[in-house]
Amino acid sequence: MKHVKTLNKSNLKKTAAAGGCGECQTSCQSACKTSCTVANQKCEKRR
Amino acid sequence: MVHCFEQEGIRLALDVASGAVHVLDPIAYELCTMLTPPLEEQCPEQYIRAMAGKSEEQVREAYEELYGLYKEGFLFSEEEKLPDSLIKPSDSPVKALCLHVSHDCNLRCSYCFAQTGDFGTVRSLMNAETAKKAIDFVIERSGKRRNIEVDFFGGEPLMAMDTVRTTVEYAREQEKLHDKKFRFTITTNGVLLDDETTDYLNREMSNIVLSLDGRKSVNDAMRKTVSGGGSYDVVLPKMQKLVQKRDPDKDYYVRGTYTAKNLDFVEDVLALYRAGFDQISVEPVTAPDGCGYEIKASDLPRIREEYHRLVRTMAEMRDNGQWFNFFHFNVDLEQGPCVIKRLRGCGAGCEYVAVTPEGDIYPCHQFVGEKEYYMGNVKDGTFHRERAREFAGVNVYTRPACQDCWAKFYCSGGCSAANFHAHGRIDQSYEIGCELQKMRLECALYLAAYESLKEEK
Repeated sequence: MKHVKTLNKSNLKKTAAAGGCGECQTSCQSACKTSCTVANQKCEKRR
Repeated sequence: MVHCFEQEGIRLALDVASGAVHVLDPIAYELCTMLTPPLEEQCPEQYIRAMAGKSEEQVREAYEELYGLYKEGFLFSEEEKLPDSLIKPSDSPVKALCLHVSHDCNLRCSYCFAQTGDFGTVRSLMNAETAKKAIDFVIERSGKRRNIEVDFFGGEPLMAMDTVRTTVEYAREQEKLHDKKFRFTITTNGVLLDDETTDYLNREMSNIVLSLDGRKSVNDAMRKTVSGGGSYDVVLPKMQKLVQKRDPDKDYYVRGTYTAKNLDFVEDVLALYRAGFDQISVEPVTAPDGCGYEIKASDLPRIREEYHRLVRTMAEMRDNGQWFNFFHFNVDLEQGPCVIKRLRGCGAGCEYVAVTPEGDIYPCHQFVGEKEYYMGNVKDGTFHRERAREFAGVNVYTRPACQDCWAKFYCSGGCSAANFHAHGRIDQSYEIGCELQKMRLECALYLAAYESLKEEK
């Protein structure tokens, strides 16, 4: 495409089907302990 | 919903519901900011007229590309609300502990939310029996969840190294019996790191968080020894040694705190990099109003400038082969967590709880000492399920401020403790936290775009 470059075509909505297993890391344990940041975590199934 | 923003000459559009991110040229960007769904296949004349100074052919071309993404579900995609049954963890299994092995500390940091280690109670260390009960508790409450996390926290956890070792040993025995997998992490000020402890932590901990604020002057103004001296010179060589010896495949972070006194915190991030660290997190202080160093709404424009300066500096440094990672600028556009995790958030009070040296359970480390949030005790097996259900019921959908927020799938509704401390309730968002989250996320997306465009070149 000439005017748009798409960085990712992942679709959050589709992740609901196989998601919610709860096996991934608790976000607050990763480094912060004072703020909630979830999007920087890995899915446990795709580690 | 689409969030369009421009940073350092890169124009971005985030499609909130799908998570797709697009880099746009000036014509597509201007057009995108005007569009409202549903989109028509042919570019409506109103947009051609609105962009009168631009080539009509170019506008039509850009529209066609945007429309194609819309049809594919990557632009102006509709959010589908998931049912409660999917979002709320059933029976609220607990699978992560913040284990306060020590409510004592060998530093006296002025900004400590644990009130220099004792959380406003008595100075104490967790004994082995209580630690084992905590492990039994989390195994029993984890249900079908296999992965269990334990973060050794305090106070200063290295003051209770015997308990740390006993806990790890006991959990390793128990995980085999119960088909569980324990992951250990620790958050330490580094004062008591010696060779033996360093090697032990490097072997057993999947992540180590080392508390250090950056520049020596900034660190020592807040992070003081018991006698009132600065801690920088005491801990820096120990932390450097730990990181040098650490397996590069294992995580660590050097984690600093910035306050209203060092809003030029890029200098602290760079000081940490120059000290030999490449995994860096520097985060805003959690502090009460009126303390003199709390982050105020009036500081936000200055902080925004500083985050922009940081991401610009990082991009330039990476171009020159000087690489470091900044925790809050991490965003994984391809392999990130599922939408259910993004809706639930950190899991405090249901999947994740804190346990004090006395075995008392609280929704998370930042609720410890808040009597009304007491949730039970691992020694007598009590667990306040109603409270757990209350926390399990809070998510992006139930927090009013999240409804129209473009960042909701990245911050997951913010921190319940921050909300509680600001407003006395866990579902009313802490506005300053929201603004900080959004500015960091824009920087993270910018950096991802910058790197992607660089690769293309």
